[in-house]
Amino acid sequence: MIRQLLESIFKKPVTTLYPHEKLDMPKRFRGKLAYDAQKCIGCKLCIKDCPTGAISITKIADKQFEAVIDLGRCIYCAQCVDSCPKKALEATPDVELAQLDAGKLKIAFHAST
Amino acid sequence: MGEIIRYLKDLFSILIFPGFLFLTAAGFCAEFIDRKLYARLQNRVGPPWFQPFADFVKLVGKETIIPREANQSMFTLMPLVALSATVVTIFYIPLWNMRSLYAFDGDIIVVLYLLTIPTLAFFIGGWYSTSLFARIGSVRSLTQLFSYEVPLFIAVLSSALLADSWSFSQITLFYNRHPWYWLYNLIGFAVAVVALLAKLEKAPFDIPEAETEVVAGSFTEYSGRFFAMLRLTLNIEMVVGAAFLAAVFLPFGYTLGPVLRFGIFMVKIIGIIVILSFSRALFARLRIDQMIIFCWKYMVPLAFMQLLINLYMKGMVR
Amino acid sequence: MAHAHKFKIPIGPQHPALKEPASFSVALKGEKIKGVDVRLGYNHRGIEKACEERTYIQDLYLIERICGICSHAHSTCFVQAVEELAGLIVPARALYIRTLVAELERIHSHYLWLGVAGHEIGFDTLLMYTWRDREVVMDILALLTGNRVNYGINTIGGVRRDIDKTQIIDVLAAIDTLEERTKYYIEIGTQETTLIKRLSGVGVLSHEEAVHLGAVGPTGRASAVDRDVRRDDPYAAYDKVSFEVITDTHGDVYGRTLVRLKELMQAYSIIRQILTNLPDTPIAVKAPRTVKAGEAISRYEAPRGEDMHYVKSNGTDKPERVKVRAPTLANMKAVKQMLKDRYLADMPIVIAAIDPCFSCTDRLVSLEYTDKNDDEIIEWGKLRAYSIQWYKQRGVDFSKLNKRFASKVVW
Repeated sequence: MIRQLLESIFKKPVTTLYPHEKLDMPKRFRGKLAYDAQKCIGCKLCIKDCPTGAISITKIADKQFEAVIDLGRCIYCAQCVDSCPKKALEATPDVELAQLDAGKLKIAFHAST
Repeated sequence: MGEIIRYLKDLFSILIFPGFLFLTAAGFCAEFIDRKLYARLQNRVGPPWFQPFADFVKLVGKETIIPREANQSMFTLMPLVALSATVVTIFYIPLWNMRSLYAFDGDIIVVLYLLTIPTLAFFIGGWYSTSLFARIGSVRSLTQLFSYEVPLFIAVLSSALLADSWSFSQITLFYNRHPWYWLYNLIGFAVAVVALLAKLEKAPFDIPEAETEVVAGSFTEYSGRFFAMLRLTLNIEMVVGAAFLAAVFLPFGYTLGPVLRFGIFMVKIIGIIVILSFSRALFARLRIDQMIIFCWKYMVPLAFMQLLINLYMKGMVR
Repeated sequence: MAHAHKFKIPIGPQHPALKEPASFSVALKGEKIKGVDVRLGYNHRGIEKACEERTYIQDLYLIERICGICSHAHSTCFVQAVEELAGLIVPARALYIRTLVAELERIHSHYLWLGVAGHEIGFDTLLMYTWRDREVVMDILALLTGNRVNYGINTIGGVRRDIDKTQIIDVLAAIDTLEERTKYYIEIGTQETTLIKRLSGVGVLSHEEAVHLGAVGPTGRASAVDRDVRRDDPYAAYDKVSFEVITDTHGDVYGRTLVRLKELMQAYSIIRQILTNLPDTPIAVKAPRTVKAGEAISRYEAPRGEDMHYVKSNGTDKPERVKVRAPTLANMKAVKQMLKDRYLADMPIVIAAIDPCFSCTDRLVSLEYTDKNDDEIIEWGKLRAYSIQWYKQRGVDFSKLNKRFASKVVW
């Protein structure tokens, strides 16, 4: 035990000095969702399978859809990613999502014209 | 005129150096060294150098809550009593001269008693807090006092016995005249370091303030200014205790130049604080009954052995 | 202590010793414990009722979040019950991957426990070291499943993600590091004096008491109760790997520590066997949205003991009843026995030794009559009728409120 203690003094501490140093999440980490309006067909299977009702799809024109994701309600399970038949949703490794204002937690993905 | 200058000098010594302000600064440094070393031993980063001062400032600015059922006068008085007792002790310990600031015959006994006053003050403060956790913690504090007092006293007094005097200045003078005699007291030094751990309530003897059992023991109901005072008392007690042990068991280096003397004093104190930090990281907390058994079964016989060795050596020196 | 004071001290609901709220009202005489009153229920969130209003696939994620440390345990147990009801045959590769994540979760949970036990006895160095090593496991789990807790690897009919060759290499490298660290902790556990002094002779449970009180998991196995669901009732891929069930005869907290440490070594061996023998099949079968009517019970050896799920389906896409019996509930009665005539200082470590997870536990409803002296387990329909009656007697009438919901519930 003493030897381990003495060795620890000379080793670098294992603490990550966040936010000066950033930790990278692995590529397939389930963070914030990304929605591709081009691929969406409006089947709403994602809404059906979402455990918390965090995603909502609205039709803005024929075959054009928009999504609003509530980051406060989302539990980052990525079931919607699996349920979507057209792979329009994707989980990104973005995890720094804290906000002071609850209104900013609703992210809208508009269709690009 | 001379009187006024003497009063001013006394005031300076009591309040600034080596009195209250010096001790406060030394207490902060000691806490920083302890916490940084403890963190590095555990592979963590540890606090920055100004952390103890920042904690003190923050605590002083927080709301001071006094429980309604607590005895108001005792509750508010005890932190002050503990702080003053520890600060006053420094005047009777030889730091880097052979004489302490206000030496008199028998002052080593006075120092020993002054060092028990903080524990009694914590007990009274915790008891009169009337909170369940505080009462249990204060009773444990007193039980711990009964266990480590005896070996500590015997170890310290056997060192004094070798020098044939109860006056601190005479003791350091004796050890100065016979340069390597302090090596006979090494067993007593080990016993006294363990007893110092128990007095400062650091692991493995931090039973009175065990966080997972009694929240914070005697300190549970203290907040704000009083808590800042109590933490300051604990830090200063660490410095004063280390200085006391250094003066009794490591009395060398008093004849060199003034800067060197101060440097050696600092090295001695930092050495003892390093030993305290190591033992904090190395051991788990003991239970109160295990602690009592340990003290009476192992520490007291060792202290007695030291006493016998010193008596024998005294005969030889004659 | 001749004139010791007698008083009742509240450990909890908020206390630095507890990681989750629970109320232990301890009657003390001096430093000795004379009796303990246990009250749970502070973490009740209505999960079982919430499951009845969501589809099976939504329930999967809800059940997973009963607890953060045993999340894969609950998820797998539930999914096994649903697969049995739907009559699905899960492909072999999915079973192997489930077992892999299960063993990784066991490793993570036991490291967490070691740290918590160290903290409860004042040995913070052990806490810092074990939780540093736990980061290795959590990084591997993040790599494999996409999250550090609440893995979400299960889906009805298999698993959601596959494991490829580079991940296998990473996992094996991590296992090698962890095995070395575990050997070091076994060394500390058997040689560090203050640790052994605090853990030995504390929380003693004899073999007969353990069987009588129904202790499960490492708590029971440390009192030589030789039960392990992985061997007695194999699920997932456990019938294809060979491992030992660790039992110990100490019966105290020290025994439980040793059982958990040795289970860690067994977990490394199981993981290596799985990774060398991964079969080459698809990872999931398609699951229907509605499940045939029936009842199923599924058991699982969570890191804390035997976890049981009961699922009743009625042919729709929502379950009719889900019941979860977590291992900590089975171990709770043993705590009262263990604390008889012990010191207050032992209380945190004894409670920590059964590895309590009150989030998992708070599910039971029991009814006490104040005029009779016996307890009764009452089922949901009767309970609802009883409460409506109780309030009617006191002048409150709910019948107008519940017109909307009354038709949906089937008694």
